[in-house]
Amino acid sequence: MSELVVEDLHAVVGDTPILHGVTLTVRSGEVHAVMGPNGSGKSTLSNVLMGRPGYRATSGSATLDGVDLLALPTWERARAGLFLASQYPTEVPGVFVTDVLAAAYEASGRDPSLVPARMAEEADAIGFGRDFADRALNVDLSGGEQKRNETLQLAVLEPRIAILDELDSGLDVDALRAVSRRLEAATDGPAPLGILAITHYSRLLQELHPDVVHIFAGGRILETGGPELVDRLEAEGYAAWDA
Amino acid sequence: MSAAVETGPFAHLGEALSELQLPSTEAEEWRYSRVDGIDPSRFAAASAELDESTVTAVLAEVERLVDGVDGVPAALVVLADGVVVRSTVSDDGVQVEAVDAQADPAVPDVFASVNEHVTPSEIRVRILQHARPTAPVLVVSLAVGDDVLVAPRLRVELGADSEACVVELHRSLGAATSLVVPVTHLEVGRDATVHHVVVQDVAVGSDVVGSVSATVSSSGTYDGWLAAIGGRYARARVDCRLGGRGASGRLASLYAGGADQMRDLRTFQDHLDRDTTSNLAFKGAVGGRAHAVYTGLIRIHPEARGSNAEQSNRIMTLSDEAWAESVPNLEIEHNDVRCAHASTVGPVDADQRFYLESRGVPTEVAERLIVAGFFDEVLDRCPVPGVADLVRPRVAALLEAVTS
Repeated sequence: MSELVVEDLHAVVGDTPILHGVTLTVRSGEVHAVMGPNGSGKSTLSNVLMGRPGYRATSGSATLDGVDLLALPTWERARAGLFLASQYPTEVPGVFVTDVLAAAYEASGRDPSLVPARMAEEADAIGFGRDFADRALNVDLSGGEQKRNETLQLAVLEPRIAILDELDSGLDVDALRAVSRRLEAATDGPAPLGILAITHYSRLLQELHPDVVHIFAGGRILETGGPELVDRLEAEGYAAWDA
Repeated sequence: MSAAVETGPFAHLGEALSELQLPSTEAEEWRYSRVDGIDPSRFAAASAELDESTVTAVLAEVERLVDGVDGVPAALVVLADGVVVRSTVSDDGVQVEAVDAQADPAVPDVFASVNEHVTPSEIRVRILQHARPTAPVLVVSLAVGDDVLVAPRLRVELGADSEACVVELHRSLGAATSLVVPVTHLEVGRDATVHHVVVQDVAVGSDVVGSVSATVSSSGTYDGWLAAIGGRYARARVDCRLGGRGASGRLASLYAGGADQMRDLRTFQDHLDRDTTSNLAFKGAVGGRAHAVYTGLIRIHPEARGSNAEQSNRIMTLSDEAWAESVPNLEIEHNDVRCAHASTVGPVDADQRFYLESRGVPTEVAERLIVAGFFDEVLDRCPVPGVADLVRPRVAALLEAVTS
């Protein structure tokens, strides 16, 4: 069993304080949803946890199975089992997914020669043409293809905890369903995945059924509860929390 | 009273050169260069005779190199310190001869003048009218002796409506320390196309100051591809003169250096006639304490109405001490033209690196992948895939050295 434990996390972007004390725990097999309006700091949470340049924790802690994530460079956070599916996956001309995943396998002591077969398997699972492996990372991909690409990489890398930042944006209904089925399957294996899904929209949550919902605004969690919070949000909007 | 005779740094190479001076770095074309670090007086002219064991070693090295370049070349010329040691032709449309150097009416610089006087012979390659040899013409120039001034000189003439690929490989035998001053002229006839590939990859202790000038007649095409990856100070000047209506020039380059090396690229896209088109795409990377400078001038002459010129140069700096400068320039003397230029110098993109790191790729591996990807576009454009295959591992080794 793995757990991502975030305690009273404060963070700045540049010099601007954005997170004002975030506390949550995501365990293997659980699906957590962080829901909040645009500009509430949700993406900052994901970027601080992954260590994106420009995002800095000022106090509090974040650990994965006891490992202090904030003390590690980004690639070692990934090696420790954290994955971030980006809201806007970066285009990297001339660099191929296969090579990136092989380098990641190598860095974590896994056999890189397994990557092509794993990729083909996962591409089939989410209805993604195998030929996409021969294209440069996120270059000339549609929004939906980029998100499927993120899901595929997640599946091949087999992290312990995955942060999904607005994974539903750009995905059509069928693709959203295929991606959600794959993610749900991952939460239910011998080494179940824990998911922290960040979204401002409940569409993803109709497919990817959360166990825990956090209402997030102004850089902090306002309320934590079960799926019923999604219904309340649908009915009353964020105004219900005075956010 | 007798005035003191001024003798220049090339005086030991012959009286005709005694007045030549090194250019000043104050001159625009030599700004940021390391020409003042070159001491030509250290270098002797090549001897016309090579001993047999050297020739054997040269040919063995060439065999190894050429093995990577697909198929039997249409012609193969091997030079050792500029001296012809082998010349074979296997295509009816190609003629090769070694002749006395022909004076160039527009000598680009002092080093080209020196080349003209010092070169053992000029290699003249003729592609006959309408000829389209399927295999490339291959010229391999190896620097062999220590402290030798190596002056290979090549003239390529393409007859009307011909098309050929000419590859120049400039390398060293072992760790020879040389001053290499290659000069290449290309005359591209009407409706003809030349794919001109130059790999400049001499030993690390050598300096290179080279020039390529192509003159393109109407509806002809110069398709140039240059990899500058070897030597300590390596300079290449490329002049593309679009002299006939509808002539076009494509220029692509990849250059890279580490340690205290320097890459120095100067380009001139000269549009002399109507409806001429040029497209230049250069990419460089420097790590360690290496420097790179690129200056590019697009000149649209008054007669060049309807011309279209593009120029893009991007340099990645891979360490805090690496330094690069990229200077695009335009000189436009006609209004009805399109010109575009783009120029960037900077480190590896932070977002790209973060993206790869977030997958679990260590920082230095991520940078290496990104720079290799950056160069891939140029390697993919190489008209001879076998040459790209020769260059790719050399670039990978260079990047490994500067990013770890």
